[in-house]
Amino acid sequence: MSEVKIGLEVHCQLTSLKTKLFCHCSSDYRGKPPNTLTCPTCLGIPGAMPAVNRRAVDVAVMVALALKCEVSPTTWFFRKNYFYPDLDKNFQISQYDRAGGVPIAVNGQITFTANKARKKVHIGRIHLEEDPGKLFYQGTIDTSPYTLIDYNRAGIPLLEIVTEPEFQKPAEARVFLQKIRSILEHLRVSDGTLEGSMRCDANISLQGGDRVEIKNISSFKDVERALGFEVMRQRDLLKKGMKPIMETRHWDEIKRVTLGLRVKEKEQDYRYFLEPDLVPLSISKEQIEKISRQMPELPDSRRERLMKEYGLPEYDGEVLTNDRALADFFEECTKIYNRPKAVSNWLMGDVLQCLYSLEVDIAESKITPQHLVEMLTLIDNGEISMKIAKKVLWDIVKTGKMPSAIVEEKGIRRITDDSMLNRFAEQVFKENPKAAEDAMTDEKAAHYLVGKMMALTQGRADPEKTNVVIKRKLEERRRH
Amino acid sequence: MEIKKLTATEIAEKVRNQELTAQECIEATFQRISQVDEKVRAYITLTKNQALEHARKIDQKARKGEKLGRLAGVPIAVKDNICTRGTRTTCASKMLENFTPPYDATVIRRINAEDCVIVGKTNMDEFAMGTSTETSHFNPTHNPWDLNRVPGGSSGGSAAAVSSGEATLALGSDTGGSIRCPASFVGVTGLKPTYGLVSRYGLIAYANSLEQIGPIAKTTQDCALLLNVIAGPDESDSTSLPQQPPNYTDSLATSLQGLRIGIPKETLGEGTDSNVENAVHNCSTKLEELGAKCQETTLPTLNYALAAYYLIAMSEASSNLARFDGMRYGYRIDDDDLDWSAVYSKSRREGFGPEVKRRIILGTYALSAGYYDRLFMKALKVVTLIRRDFDRAFKSFDALITPTMPIPAFKIGEKIDDLISLYMCDIDTVPVNLAGLPAISFPAGFSNGLPIGVQAIAPPLREDLTLKVAYAFEQNTDFGKKSPNL
Repeated sequence: MSEVKIGLEVHCQLTSLKTKLFCHCSSDYRGKPPNTLTCPTCLGIPGAMPAVNRRAVDVAVMVALALKCEVSPTTWFFRKNYFYPDLDKNFQISQYDRAGGVPIAVNGQITFTANKARKKVHIGRIHLEEDPGKLFYQGTIDTSPYTLIDYNRAGIPLLEIVTEPEFQKPAEARVFLQKIRSILEHLRVSDGTLEGSMRCDANISLQGGDRVEIKNISSFKDVERALGFEVMRQRDLLKKGMKPIMETRHWDEIKRVTLGLRVKEKEQDYRYFLEPDLVPLSISKEQIEKISRQMPELPDSRRERLMKEYGLPEYDGEVLTNDRALADFFEECTKIYNRPKAVSNWLMGDVLQCLYSLEVDIAESKITPQHLVEMLTLIDNGEISMKIAKKVLWDIVKTGKMPSAIVEEKGIRRITDDSMLNRFAEQVFKENPKAAEDAMTDEKAAHYLVGKMMALTQGRADPEKTNVVIKRKLEERRRH
Repeated sequence: MEIKKLTATEIAEKVRNQELTAQECIEATFQRISQVDEKVRAYITLTKNQALEHARKIDQKARKGEKLGRLAGVPIAVKDNICTRGTRTTCASKMLENFTPPYDATVIRRINAEDCVIVGKTNMDEFAMGTSTETSHFNPTHNPWDLNRVPGGSSGGSAAAVSSGEATLALGSDTGGSIRCPASFVGVTGLKPTYGLVSRYGLIAYANSLEQIGPIAKTTQDCALLLNVIAGPDESDSTSLPQQPPNYTDSLATSLQGLRIGIPKETLGEGTDSNVENAVHNCSTKLEELGAKCQETTLPTLNYALAAYYLIAMSEASSNLARFDGMRYGYRIDDDDLDWSAVYSKSRREGFGPEVKRRIILGTYALSAGYYDRLFMKALKVVTLIRRDFDRAFKSFDALITPTMPIPAFKIGEKIDDLISLYMCDIDTVPVNLAGLPAISFPAGFSNGLPIGVQAIAPPLREDLTLKVAYAFEQNTDFGKKSPNL
């Protein structure tokens, strides 16, 4: 198998900031009428100038420290020049690591667990830059008769996090992205559930081929799918003796294929040069120390704490802390319920599976810690079986009703009453005469009858009591 | 009333004391404009109605006994690359012929706050790219001393308006000499401040790292007065310096006792008109009479300044002017069937004049992969050397004097097709922009009836020294007191 090298460029909006990167406009642009959060600076009106939002710098430094980067004492802004309608100035104010440029932070790393193995990936650099405006088409980009532009997004503070090409499997890229998102959410600097707040470009090369960039990937799942597709496509080419060429490809999430955009003969010439309207940005040691003192708990130390405080295995700790909302949910549950491992099992298993298939995040779903804890209590009290509980869970997530209400409404409480169980047993014996006969001597046939009884009650019959009732009936028969 | 005989200092005092109304000043100014602007063509846009309304408001304030500002009632002409809210700001380009900014530049807010009255927006080289005001999309401006000659550039309209009495003060911008060149060609005083002293917020950028807005006036005192108003920190411009500036009118003194003045030999000799050279020598003699010590010196790196200047200016311009694509404002071709990139390039092809296109293309080239190191980076290294040369010179001298321009005003059309000789005219002014220094040009002689300017250069933030030299010279000579016959 040829060696696969994958690198990622992650763009994260710093959504906790109130204003844009270079002007005083509000950065709370989602759902606002187009082009209402704008000023001469973010519209690129002639003569207007940028001024750096120092709060954005603090936040960028905090992220850099969380990603174990070296923060640059002095950093510069560069102009990245290219013509495109979403750019108000036809250049983007960004940063650069060449031509004398120094990004705000370099040389970081992230450790995560993918396929049960620990993996470390290095962060090459972090850039602080402005988001362009947003383009709207009627239908698709190719057939739309016009393009509408909304500059509310122009100037939103964006961090570009660039990894070294150290991923070998598409799934690693997905887990890595989840981890970054969890770190940003633990820092409370970016809300990953907001549409477009985290965007990702990927580059991938196989041994013997050139580097291919993939753009327009909107979700973490699609990153994995797109990279998976590319591995196949490039491996296929190599097998046929053809060499994958250096190019940029577009991910079509409906057809689930990548499509070639333009051949990259060489790096597109962005004519980077120092932004002359901004002065070098100094970040003092004191500032860095102050920020690191204010650093909230991060996923890695939270995982260690969860393991120590609740006796969870490492795997549980990793899964829970890979999503801040999930870890928060877990800890809320443990405040009102004293079997943490049971909570963890349910969260990692059925709850995640259910949310995944309904495509909702736990934070925006209808289930709350109160729901889960009440359900666990019903199980503990023997009022519902595990099997019933799994069904109840789906109803909780879909409707937001409390589990006791669902159990009541659907009449699915466990049957423990002896006379009722006797009546069901008689019916089972009557309907299965052969098995009833065999069961006198054959243990297996007896289990079969128990199974039939569970089926008849749709799983509501108390399994232990059912066993007793069936055994008692067989005893009676033997004596006759 | 002969408005052109009054200085800004006198007008502001009279208006504050209610010896004169702002309305009278503005009416007199527009009367003068109507008499001579047909010949001079200093203005692109006149703002007569707003100006008169503004003047009446100032007079009302005066009658109510409210305190008036430091420039009360003074008519000012503003270069048309400085944004004025509600008044079109064209950069003398077809591209921005109908562009009306939604905001005021910081300098505009500052002069308004001092009750200064804007009478119009002045002609210039397109996007400030030129030395003669001939690259204006609208028309050339004529030198009031000889209407067949250029007024210099790129702030040619601003300087000509002051020279011809069509405004008492003017604002210009200086990227490579654009205030000092026209000041010297039309016989007025113009100052390019230290980089960062005056906010650039609202100045439509040509080459951001080099340019400053500065005052143009008939007298040194008026220059100092206007500088007092526009200088100082501005949080909208990150490159503006944090220091609070001194009161520049306090630095005006008639004695230059003990002042050490250097004359860089590289700015004299070959390529410099003999009358200009004589003016510099006469100036140094006069300054010595006033107590200064003048001595020849050398700044060898000045020989590389022109090449470095054009590389940096054009590179920055190529990026600054990218935003003019016809989409949000500015000229746009009338064809709905084209895609965006064709609309961009056709609008830019038709909206920009040849000099602007030349500089965009050369600047784009200089920033391109493979040329960046060889051209742009090398130019930045030259800048470092030039700064060091000036630093060294300022260890021995308090100020330097040089010709402002190597020649007097040339004829309209004479050089526009001979680019090298046109660019060479900037040889004595551009080093100052590369080093970010303050420099003033003041009237210091005549050559066949055409004014000649001398430039005084000082260390960063020592505008006071340049003003001091210019003021002492002005008070002891007659060159600045002469007016053109129109």
